[in-house]
This record gives sequence, C-alpha cells and structure tokens, in this order.
Amino acid sequence: MMIDAADRRIINATQGGLPLTPAPYAEVAGWLGMPEAEVIDRLAAMQARGIVRRLALAPNHYALGVTANGMSVWDVADDRADELGARVGALDYVSHCYLRPRALPDWPYNLFAMIHGQSRAEVEAKRQEIAALLGPAARASDILYSTRILKKTGLRLTDGG
Amino acid sequence: MRRAALPQDALDATDRAILNALQEGFPLSHRPFAEAGAALGIDEDELIARIRRLREEGAITRFGPFFDAEAMGGAFCLCAMAVPTERFDAVVTLVNAHPEVAHNYERAHRLNMWFVLATDRPDGIERAARAIEAETGLKVLRFPKLKEFFIGFRVTA
Repeated sequence: MMIDAADRRIINATQGGLPLTPAPYAEVAGWLGMPEAEVIDRLAAMQARGIVRRLALAPNHYALGVTANGMSVWDVADDRADELGARVGALDYVSHCYLRPRALPDWPYNLFAMIHGQSRAEVEAKRQEIAALLGPAARASDILYSTRILKKTGLRLTDGG
Repeated sequence: MRRAALPQDALDATDRAILNALQEGFPLSHRPFAEAGAALGIDEDELIARIRRLREEGAITRFGPFFDAEAMGGAFCLCAMAVPTERFDAVVTLVNAHPEVAHNYERAHRLNMWFVLATDRPDGIERAARAIEAETGLKVLRFPKLKEFFIGFRVTA
C-alpha cells in the first residue's frame, strides 16, 4: 500500500478535514497547484486501496450522549479469530476491533473490541451480546474501563513522514 | 474535544438527519455539498452552514477523509504495564515524557496503564518500549495489531 508524493500532499492537506466551501476538492487542488480532477481521482484511488478508510462525517459520540465505553477483550480460538473478529467489528456499537498477540501468562486475550453506550449498564449489556455471539469460541473474557486520561495527543504525520 | 453530552434541544431534526446520513459517506464530486444536500432536502449553502455550526458546537469530531495511519507510513503499538500504585504518578511522568506516547489511559485492571506508541518508522516502537522498561524497571507488554477488522460503528443522532 504505497503512496507517492502527490498522494502524501493530499493527505497532509486534508487530514485536518475538508474545507467547508461549495467545491472543497477544487479548494484543496488550488492549495496544492494540481487540477481538481487529480485530487478527486487520487482520493478515489486511495479509497479503493484502503488508504482512505472512508470519506465521511464523524459525529462526536460523546456530544450525542454516548459517553460510556469499555475495552472488551476475548480469548478466541485462533482458527476462528478472523471470522469472529469480522462479526464483532461490524457491530454498530464497536468502534475498534483488533486481533493482537496474547502475552502469556500475563494476558490470555487476543481479540480487542471497544464497546460504546450511553451508560455503563448499556456497555455491559452489549458485552453480553458479544459473549452470546461468540459462544463457546470465547474461552475467557474481561472488560477494562478507563479511569483517567493520562495523555492524549493527536496523531499527525509530519511532512517527511 | 467535547466529552459531555449536548443539551437535548441543541440539535434539530435536520441536524440529526445530517449527522446520521453523512456518517455513511460524503460524495467525491465537484459539488458534494449540493449533492448530499439534495438527498436531505436542503440546499448547498444550508448544509455548509449547518456543518460549520455543528463543528463549532462540538457535535462533529471530523469531517473528511479518514486515512489508514499505517498506510501513511506510521507504526503503532498498544502497550500495557502493571504499575504499582505507589509509583503510578512517577511512572506516568516517565512514560508521558516520550514523544512516541500518543495517548495513555489509566484502566481499572492489574495492567493499569495502557498507552499507544506511534512512530514514523517501525524500529522506533521497539526503541521506545525498551527505553520505558529501562527507565521504569517495569515490563512493557506489547500488543501490536495482527489484524484490524472493518468497523461498523455508527451512532444515531
């Protein structure tokens, strides 16, 4: 999934968001000195390759009342992890879903799914739904709630990247 | 970023329709606001004005392309540590001093500190994790992602 210098310039110009103007891609094209069609075509090509995950608006879920979240973790049989991870990730209350290595003996879990809800009780109910979906393929599970944000900085790629 | 719920009356039905519809996608075309607005029954100017206001109110975290951070050339690793309570604040200071630590959360678990290392190059992850182990004397468990699943996350406004 390689990107070239022109792709990178488009990424740098739009990673803070699209300009709120009637022809936003023409605006970006003007900043970069390239034709509007090239910006559109390159974004479409990056989307087709998965470099652009999606082009959309992300509501602030906290502002909409979805203020509770928990990191659920599951020990799922390795031979079913791909299939089950895909099903968990597709749930509309799961914002991140990853397969990660276990760290035995400290940590037996390999599937991580961040669950969101309006309350802790709703998060717990969603966790039970995932447990039912996974069934006996999940040999153990836990959920970790954050108690404090210790650091949070934006992930920004520098020009040199 | 705003982390508290907006008052119930902060959003009208059109605002909610915009938030719900544009989560699904935004057109890649010459006049995308006109196109998206037509589907919502509002004109281009009104859609732009409402998105601007929603962003100012904190109802929107992001509007535009969402990039795969690894495809952009970065490397990332979730890490966890079991930090003794009496040393917690001192360890926070040591860990957060590393610019590679992008975010760090205290969690209610024996592994009570969870942070993400983000670097421009893959070898930077291991270097930062080893430095943190040397400075703190604590084991840094590394949980690099093996696979990321497609995400269906949507909130109803």
